[in-house]
Amino acid sequence: MREQPCPLLSVAPRRGMLDDGLDVHVQYLLPGLPVTLHALIHSEDDDFWEAFGHYVSDASGVVHVSEDACLGGSYSGVEPAGLLWSMRPIAGSRTGLRFRKIDTCTPIEVHISVYDGHLNEGFQKKSSLASVVVQRWYMASGIQKVDVREKGLKGTLFIPPGPGPFPAVLDLWGGGGGLVEYRSALLASKGYVSLTLEYIGLVNADGKPYNVGSDYFEAAFTVLKQHPKVCPERVAMMGLSFGASVTLGMAAYSSVIKVDQPKCVICINGSHIMPVNGSLSDVFDAIKKNVKNTRYDEEQRIIWRDLLLPVPEDPLKKVDMGCITCPVLLIVGEDDQNWPAKESAEDIKKMMKRAGNSHLLTVLSYPGAGHLIEPPYSPHVRASNFILQETKEKVVVLWGGQTKPHCLAQEDSWHKTLAFLEQHLYSNTAVVSRASL
Amino acid sequence: MLLVIPRTLKTSRFSPFRLLSTVVRACPLLSIKPTRGLVDEKLQIVVRNLRPKQDVTLHSVHQSEDKDFWEAFGHYVSDGNGTVTVAKDASLSGTYVGVEAMGLMWSLRPVPGSRTGLRFRKKDVLSPLVFHISVHDGHVSQGFTQLTPLESLVIERWYMAPGVRRFDIRERGVRGTLFIPPGPGPFPGVLDMWGGGGGLVEYRAALLASHGFASMALEYLTPGELKKLKADVNYFETAYQILQNHDMVRRDRLALCGLSFGGCITLSMIVYSKIIQPQCCVCISGSHIPVIKKSLDETFEDIRKHINKIRIENNQHIWRDITLPVPTDPTLKVDVARVTCPVLLVVGGDDQNLPTLEASEDIQHIMEKAGNHHLLQVLIYPGAGHLIEPPYSPHHRATNFIVQEGKDKILLLWGGQAKPHADAQEDSWEKLLAFLQQHLYHATPQAEL
Repeated sequence: MREQPCPLLSVAPRRGMLDDGLDVHVQYLLPGLPVTLHALIHSEDDDFWEAFGHYVSDASGVVHVSEDACLGGSYSGVEPAGLLWSMRPIAGSRTGLRFRKIDTCTPIEVHISVYDGHLNEGFQKKSSLASVVVQRWYMASGIQKVDVREKGLKGTLFIPPGPGPFPAVLDLWGGGGGLVEYRSALLASKGYVSLTLEYIGLVNADGKPYNVGSDYFEAAFTVLKQHPKVCPERVAMMGLSFGASVTLGMAAYSSVIKVDQPKCVICINGSHIMPVNGSLSDVFDAIKKNVKNTRYDEEQRIIWRDLLLPVPEDPLKKVDMGCITCPVLLIVGEDDQNWPAKESAEDIKKMMKRAGNSHLLTVLSYPGAGHLIEPPYSPHVRASNFILQETKEKVVVLWGGQTKPHCLAQEDSWHKTLAFLEQHLYSNTAVVSRASL
Repeated sequence: MLLVIPRTLKTSRFSPFRLLSTVVRACPLLSIKPTRGLVDEKLQIVVRNLRPKQDVTLHSVHQSEDKDFWEAFGHYVSDGNGTVTVAKDASLSGTYVGVEAMGLMWSLRPVPGSRTGLRFRKKDVLSPLVFHISVHDGHVSQGFTQLTPLESLVIERWYMAPGVRRFDIRERGVRGTLFIPPGPGPFPGVLDMWGGGGGLVEYRAALLASHGFASMALEYLTPGELKKLKADVNYFETAYQILQNHDMVRRDRLALCGLSFGGCITLSMIVYSKIIQPQCCVCISGSHIPVIKKSLDETFEDIRKHINKIRIENNQHIWRDITLPVPTDPTLKVDVARVTCPVLLVVGGDDQNLPTLEASEDIQHIMEKAGNHHLLQVLIYPGAGHLIEPPYSPHHRATNFIVQEGKDKILLLWGGQAKPHADAQEDSWEKLLAFLQQHLYHATPQAEL
């Protein structure tokens, strides 16, 4: 009499942080049994994202994802967390989706299952052999989340538990706008008071859209520095895409910040190509002048990287990197189709070498990575829907990157980002003296 | 620590020039993994960016559901890099000493000034245990609430993994709680029983479900109502059948798990009941004496005849002698020669409540003579007491116990010393899970016994 199988699926951690790895382990299968491991997320937007991998159990009836090679699926090879980072919308989903969690106070719930046989589709209709639920959190326990609406700012502050004071990070996202909180929540879980700011698409009291000036970011920096739980001399700035450009501009030019500069800055897929000392409006105008440089791929998806190219020789058209006196970490996706991150990084290197401050620069360059370098294990999207700020037109933008190298870049750059922040914000340094003109 | 360097402003007529010195504070970084773990998961606690060779205290505090405060602390000295790694460095003093990764959990005790005789138990398993873990400058042993720590984090410890479902069982006179693991099932099942303290104790069943076992915590005694016992063999058989017949339970993969009097019930049932025939059983701090063949009421009547053997020392009641000496008359103990399933016995060598050590020796002896001792696995932990709980739970040498309808509150001695008891809890749990997995999760049918 052949007994009904009773496999045991174990996944760790059950309640992990977003940047924790994953350990998936199946036991008590029959030996040599083809199985499919499957992960499913039901997003806040009511979409379904999934990943899957084909395995064969060993002689003891065990599949150990961190040791065994996946034979095919949404990923292949030995990939401990492949079930997370290789996720994509299920067949039949709306197009152009991007995975983003809005509510940081609740976890992402991932349903991980093991199925008999090598399946590629129809997971919802089939009964699994075993299934567990794991949680992935952006916010650690005890983190305080505070809305910031003072001084005309719109942002969210995340504060670690404990007496403080703590080092802090001003966290900026890109031209897509909105108030994106999850990276700040994660940074707070690592011990940084973190302020994420909405700065694009803001409307004033009359409902009219307006562009913020540099004073907006200076106010945010000051709010952070002056917060009772913040060490004022240990505040960094971090930006992705357009936010990185803003960060570089602020680091170099803001009169407020110049006296008390950020302790260090991190720029992900940003550029220094923007009118010197210009406001956001100036920057948008300059980009619009080059709109003819917009290209399209074979699927009519927008490639915007040429809007800032070629890298100008005119120093008035780019941030004077020679002015910067704090450590800079540049993270570059070499297949970035949205922003000329690679060319900008090369030019930044040249400028800083000429100015004699290149010892401050660290560049992490990732072949095959695209524009949206998100926290680790986030799904990669090569293109997604984008709403143009002024016209509200919906387009599809090509971000670039191939899934595997892109996800490696997310993992590696995150750990190096944390190490960089720890080195410059947490380490005990002796007296730091600065000369300023 | 604050390094204050005076500000100096220098200006020159020819070039305005300012030399600024910045005030730099030490910024220790406390990191703990996991921040939201199961109660049986090990913690990795690291403190960085201290001064080299700095004296620090790691402190944990928890407020129980009963509003009591429990705390533990260890005294450390950071290494040359200003780092303390709890899993590798020795605590020099405190509520635990030595290299103890989980000392901040298992050495918890009520804070000074608390009510006496407390026992650490969570009733609501749908919410986590919350701990505040702090780093303090210097070697501190008291007054933690008046001090500002260098750093502090909050962690959660759960009995229930995400996706585990909880169901009240109130049928056919049986009262219990069923915990089902996530997934399509059906799952191997465990009937989980606690001891003579009574009540419906859910946390071990919840934890077993988090490890893949559909587990039913069974109430068979209402606390303090030893006089009005209604439960009898029929009650346990009905409970077993409810579990066995449940849609989400594999009727051919069942176990019994009992602690203390629950362990005694376990041994009696597997031998004398035709209905309760599990694939294996676990008996923690239990005994084959007394025999439970009739109602619990009658069983306790028999026990009460030996009440004169109770000793009281330092106001603590010691019950272990009640069923000693181990009777030679076989009718006075469970006939373990008739056991036909694997049995795991977990014994605390310093058990002051039941003579589990003596009982286990007698069980072993009987089964050797009968030729079924290959079914028996005995784990003996010298220095461990009676209450062998899930790992990292605090140890209690003696706690309050209600004997009769809330009238008699005594201090009952359980026995054990904190460190060996904690080791016993950790080791026995790991072996208990492996035992259940081996007998209930096997891939191929078991050979006939």
